[in-house]
Amino acid sequence: MKARANAMEIIGATMVASLVFVAVLAPILAPHDPTRAVANSFGDPAGPSWAFPLGTDALGRDVLSRIIYGAQISLEVGIAAMAVTMTIGVTIGLGAGFFGGRVDFILMRFTDVMLTLPALLLAMALVSVLGPSIRSILIVIGIVSWTSIARVVRAEALSMSQRDFVVAARTLGAPPYRLIVRHVLPNVAPTIIVMAALGTSGTLLLDAALSFLGLGVPPPTPSWGRMIEEATIYFRVAPWLATFPGLAIFYAVLGFNLLGYGVLRRRAR
Amino acid sequence: MLTYLIRRIFFGAFVLLGTSLITFAIAFMVPADPAVAMAGAKADPHTLATIRHQLHLDEPLYIQYGDYLGRALHGDLGRSYIRRESVTRLIVSRFPATALLAVCAMALSLILGIAMGLVAAAYRDRAVDNGLLVASLAMVSMPVFWLGTMLLIAASAWTKSIPLGGLAGWKSLILPTFTLALGSAGYYSRILHTNLGDAMEQEYVRTALGKGLSRAQVMILHAMPNALLPLVTLAGLDLAGLLSGVVLTETVFNWPGLGRLAYEAVLSLDIPLIMGTVLFSAFLIVIANLLVDLMYAYLDPRIRLEEIG
Repeated sequence: MKARANAMEIIGATMVASLVFVAVLAPILAPHDPTRAVANSFGDPAGPSWAFPLGTDALGRDVLSRIIYGAQISLEVGIAAMAVTMTIGVTIGLGAGFFGGRVDFILMRFTDVMLTLPALLLAMALVSVLGPSIRSILIVIGIVSWTSIARVVRAEALSMSQRDFVVAARTLGAPPYRLIVRHVLPNVAPTIIVMAALGTSGTLLLDAALSFLGLGVPPPTPSWGRMIEEATIYFRVAPWLATFPGLAIFYAVLGFNLLGYGVLRRRAR
Repeated sequence: MLTYLIRRIFFGAFVLLGTSLITFAIAFMVPADPAVAMAGAKADPHTLATIRHQLHLDEPLYIQYGDYLGRALHGDLGRSYIRRESVTRLIVSRFPATALLAVCAMALSLILGIAMGLVAAAYRDRAVDNGLLVASLAMVSMPVFWLGTMLLIAASAWTKSIPLGGLAGWKSLILPTFTLALGSAGYYSRILHTNLGDAMEQEYVRTALGKGLSRAQVMILHAMPNALLPLVTLAGLDLAGLLSGVVLTETVFNWPGLGRLAYEAVLSLDIPLIMGTVLFSAFLIVIANLLVDLMYAYLDPRIRLEEIG
């Protein structure tokens, strides 16, 4: 039984690792410059060929190179946004769960309000207000997706702070900061790691959706979501244009999901 | 029960107040000047001042917020800057298309998700279970807008009888419904699988097995009702979310619903319309929450008794 969970983890970890590999080695792996016209196909996308395995887009740019470079920005944004999300979620969750009482009440009512706001709509509105840049996208994704993490971390921290070893440390006079960092946080860490893997698949999807809606990382940076958006008008004549970047998003999100669920399953047994 | 009801309604009202404050804060952060957006960049200062006065933009913020809240309570969400129409009327006119799509998608995803979850649980820890687990993860990992585009490509290549966009007849529902349903179906199947697994380990299941019922009978007759309840309540909340947030699917299929209205509002920085759609969505979710809570309290006396005690 354990073997199956491990298989999921291993496949997920391999997928994520391969993605990191492609992103880091993009300048070596990509056959062409992703932002320059390299094919004489102005105005018309060209299908896959020996020179351009995944075809070229309407501006004559190599799709394969754009997808390879797209891994860089997707991973950067996905992981950084996850870090922002986790920072907000873990801080609020730990605070609410550890201190309890009034602090817990106020923080959790705030979480309830944020949960009620539709995430994508809120993200769209915020990006349009802040202007599309990597920084604002990270902040916006963090703002709209920390709630579920805060809830899970709060529940864990709440049960941790009742445990004998925490109570004992408190009785001995340890200050709250030390209690949280030395006793509660390490015990909540495994949950946080799983949430981080699953959270990254969420931030990747949200980032791709924003890009698709034209509210993502601004051009000329190649981004998978925007490649699909640019390809939609050619869906009849050049279906491969939308297909490949979508497969890339799918691969990345599935990798993080397999990794997260794999770890979750093994821990549940 | 009445105390519980009053508490839940009070809580819903509080959440809505919170969301209205946040939406108002976002609207205040918008860098563009609404008066310029309405009158155009070449308008003279006098016209701009008149518009600002008409919109009460020259008043202190808390008065603007109070006004907005007061009017919202009467169902008046202001006028769209760009479309020059009542926001409430715009939302009401777009709502049916979204509701139709959301209900169809929810029905399909529940049927698909329950079927997948049930089969996976029946073949627990065997090849079928593993296959369905991977399938459900693949379903939740697919970007909605990509799935929609892929379906468009497939439909345009293989058939001419399915409309590719817009709302015209039941056939136009096929592609967007499927697009929207696939992801949540995968999600529901995971949840049902977990719940069924937990339920099958309960005492009452052992009793039922002990009196001679088959595993399949026990699963469907005894475990299923208990495993399904959390799923249905979750689906209730999701439905409210779908009603407001089908932005991506509606964009791909050019669906004349609320999601696209909101998207267009964001692109044109039409503040009253953005605020209106966000607030309306929050309202739907609060109502759904309230209904779910009440249903739970009705079905499970422990909840309402605990609240009182």
